[in-house]
Amino acid sequence: MTTPAPSPGGPLASQADISAEIAGIEQAYQRAGTEETQPRLDYPPYRSSILRHPTKDLHHADPETIERWAPCFGHRDVDPLEADLTIQHGGEPIGERMVITGRVLDGDGRPVRHQLVEIWQANAGGRYVHKRDQHPAPLDPNFTGVGRCLTDANGTYRFQTIKPGPYPWKNHHNAWRPAHIHFSLFGTDFTQRMVTQMYFPGDPLFALDPIYQSITDAKARERLVATYDHDLTSHEWATGYRWDIVLTGSQRTYMEPDEDEADA
Amino acid sequence: MSTLTPTPGQTVGPFFHYALPYDGDRDLVPPGTVGAVRLHGTVYDGAGDPIPDALVEIWQAAPDGSVVQEPGSLRRDGWTFTGFGRASTSRDGTYSFSTLTPGPTEEGAAAFFAVTVFARGLLNRLFTRAYLPDDTDALAADPLLASLPEERRETLVATRDAQGLRFDIRLQGEGETVFLRFPGH
Repeated sequence: MTTPAPSPGGPLASQADISAEIAGIEQAYQRAGTEETQPRLDYPPYRSSILRHPTKDLHHADPETIERWAPCFGHRDVDPLEADLTIQHGGEPIGERMVITGRVLDGDGRPVRHQLVEIWQANAGGRYVHKRDQHPAPLDPNFTGVGRCLTDANGTYRFQTIKPGPYPWKNHHNAWRPAHIHFSLFGTDFTQRMVTQMYFPGDPLFALDPIYQSITDAKARERLVATYDHDLTSHEWATGYRWDIVLTGSQRTYMEPDEDEADA
Repeated sequence: MSTLTPTPGQTVGPFFHYALPYDGDRDLVPPGTVGAVRLHGTVYDGAGDPIPDALVEIWQAAPDGSVVQEPGSLRRDGWTFTGFGRASTSRDGTYSFSTLTPGPTEEGAAAFFAVTVFARGLLNRLFTRAYLPDDTDALAADPLLASLPEERRETLVATRDAQGLRFDIRLQGEGETVFLRFPGH
């Protein structure tokens, strides 16, 4: 390629430029033939990553005692009402009311019980309640877009919210993010800590988005896409989506006396 | 060993500030508490510029080396040490925790803070460790530090300053912090 190397402060690229970079990386990935399951840290189409990725390989470490445990959160930390993002203000937020639920599992399929899940998102118009979000879409006085819950004894989380809208950003000219909900997750081990984004099925922006495409493997990308589930949709009330999350396998030797004490 | 493939991570993005920070997030103990130590530093990018939209989390043992399993990190009562803290960086890229000094979890082991770093532009979280600088015998015997070349080792060891412990995090370039990959990642 003869195009100059992209730089974070350079002139804005076009979507066609970004799409060509994405396609080039994907083709090289397919030729290499080694399966990847996580995003690349070094992914120049996402311009902000250029100066913010380590250039050296991640260094192998065997988790030590503290890393084989995770912080403990409880009912003292999270009010059950925080799982409903539609009741945080005086009135009903605008947009498509929806439920998102699923299970948090470790790599061996064990439920991650009584652990913290945090989410945040844009409103139905694609606007975040954040002073740095200058997108001229309306703020909704009845929607903040922040929720928390604890998983239950089965590893299940559940939120009621409003379907977020897509929004523009400044990565390149006419750049738009597919609609998504940010998720923050803890496991039974600190090494399982992760932050990710959940997307909606069939979004036309997937192919154009360098953050989504930083996961070079199509199968892996699809693990971030929720499934519409009509059995979760409720009559004249809300649509339903299902999304399960798998954390890396627990390194801690598992003890199975169930701590299923008072589970609210 | 693992049977399911882990869900991919994604960047924390630019808009986490109204969601992840919370009152008391960086104060594992109230500042000024007897025995409190400050753990602080700056997060830098590959150009050497501070990163004003990063988030640093720590998870640590208690001073006696025990692993704490107490709830209350999100709603601190001022008395319960939970071992977990979260600090977003300021406009100048600095972060700061008020905490207690972690003890070694095993006899003779080197004590450290487990650290996770998130930022806009960082496509997945990074793990690292901030070792205490004091017990040089334990540091010399530490398996992770021993597996690193000398010049990279020091990126994982906090330094003492007037206010406590300083631990800068460099995502890229000269003095790049050693970031960790655990089995199964």
